[in-house]
Amino acid sequence: MNPEDLRRALVRIAHEIVERNHGTDMLVVVGLQTGGAPFARRLAEHLREISGNAIPLGLLDVALYRDDIGTRPVIAHSLTEIPVDLSDRVVIIVDDVLFTGRTVRAALDALADYGRARAVQLAVIVDRGHRELPIRPDYVGKNLPTRLDETVKVSEEGVVIGEFEIAEGTTASEMSEGSS
Amino acid sequence: MIDEMLVRRNLLSIEDLGREGILEILRESETFVEVASRRMPKVPALRGKTIAIAFFEKSTRTRLSFEMAAKRLSADTLTIDISASSMSKGESLRDTLETIDALGVDAIVMRHQSSGAAVLASKWVQASVVNAGDGQHEHPTQALLDAFTLREAIRRFQAASVEDLSSCRVTIVGDVRHSRVARSNVLALSALGARITLVAPRELLPVSVEDWPIEAVTEEIDSVLPGTDACYVLRIQHERMVDAGLSDLGEYRRNFGLTIERAQRLAPHALIMHPGPLNRGVEIDSQVADGPNSLIRAQVRNGVPVRMAVLFHLLGTSRNAVEEIDDGRG
Repeated sequence: MNPEDLRRALVRIAHEIVERNHGTDMLVVVGLQTGGAPFARRLAEHLREISGNAIPLGLLDVALYRDDIGTRPVIAHSLTEIPVDLSDRVVIIVDDVLFTGRTVRAALDALADYGRARAVQLAVIVDRGHRELPIRPDYVGKNLPTRLDETVKVSEEGVVIGEFEIAEGTTASEMSEGSS
Repeated sequence: MIDEMLVRRNLLSIEDLGREGILEILRESETFVEVASRRMPKVPALRGKTIAIAFFEKSTRTRLSFEMAAKRLSADTLTIDISASSMSKGESLRDTLETIDALGVDAIVMRHQSSGAAVLASKWVQASVVNAGDGQHEHPTQALLDAFTLREAIRRFQAASVEDLSSCRVTIVGDVRHSRVARSNVLALSALGARITLVAPRELLPVSVEDWPIEAVTEEIDSVLPGTDACYVLRIQHERMVDAGLSDLGEYRRNFGLTIERAQRLAPHALIMHPGPLNRGVEIDSQVADGPNSLIRAQVRNGVPVRMAVLFHLLGTSRNAVEEIDDGRG
């Protein structure tokens, strides 16, 4: 995916969100730190262009909610900023890559602490498979079947697939998030 | 981003951290300030961990602050009330700590009247040890929360995102010799670039004061106040008056107290700090302590997020994970 493909994917996702939710009323876009943050910002902007309404934009760091605290270093660094009470809102979680699903699981727990959302939907730029939890995206930029030993890097410049060595028997969740 | 302290898993002295370690804790503290502002101010980060809070010396705010920090991280807490424990039956400190350790706690937050007690404890137990004040030695979490509070106030005042305390002129007034708060603060604030002046009667200055990372020492408070950005007032104890060659607390107040009249010598932006508990009308007047430039309440408020950062920093990673990182395999 090149930057133009990314832009088109985001515009399409924005239209899908508006269609599915019959507008942008009560929507909140929440980007997962740090990979999802720039795309959440852009998605909120596209939603504003389509609907004419400003969409509240939040950022969420799930470090404190991960299920692997204690098995690898988790550093709580990026700020969380949720601008509105999420009660009765429709929250669109935005992340760059959907892989094991564990980050999204942590995000769902974290969001619950900010109120009882009416619904939570998930938008990702790339779905690379290898889910370890029953989580699926509602909006996908691109489905990208990968091997476990590949890395997927998504930035605003595009999507790059790389390769790195993993020990035999490693599960997806044991691989570092930075190269998910 | 794995530093010394995380590998060692103890916080015994500010010297364990160094400048980068201090900045790291302050950065993480901001995450926990945000947590505190939520309507559900609790995170599951340390679920399943147990933190023993063992205070062999009286304390209210530090103990409560650690307890709250642990609970907001979802850790279980054991509060050991020493007067009700076997210590009063003559059990040694080592036996008491080893017993707590044998229960399988992950960390022991410890206060003790002897300098060096926390260092000793860290040699006896498997659990992480957090020094919550040892005699006249150190009180590292107090210094971290003071540094955090001071930086926060400077950021608000300058409306700029300053990273450290460069060129901030801090005056510390009082019984520096017997104060673990003073020692830890001098180490922490100077590591962050603050320029420190100590004000105290000669007898209440530390013996090796010339080795301290400070800019000046004086017995004359009035002359340093106009050039002070933050005035840190220490608690003075009645029994120190004789050591200081002063007749009583009234004389201390006249010579060293931050009275209303004296506070007028401070610049309009100058900040006031005190570790508590306050001797109102002795080392500080109520109107100064409760005035608009006082950070004393903010110091107490920030105690919880800063201690959350310390506990999460120490316990948020297992020993195995740390070793893996050590091997470069992480």
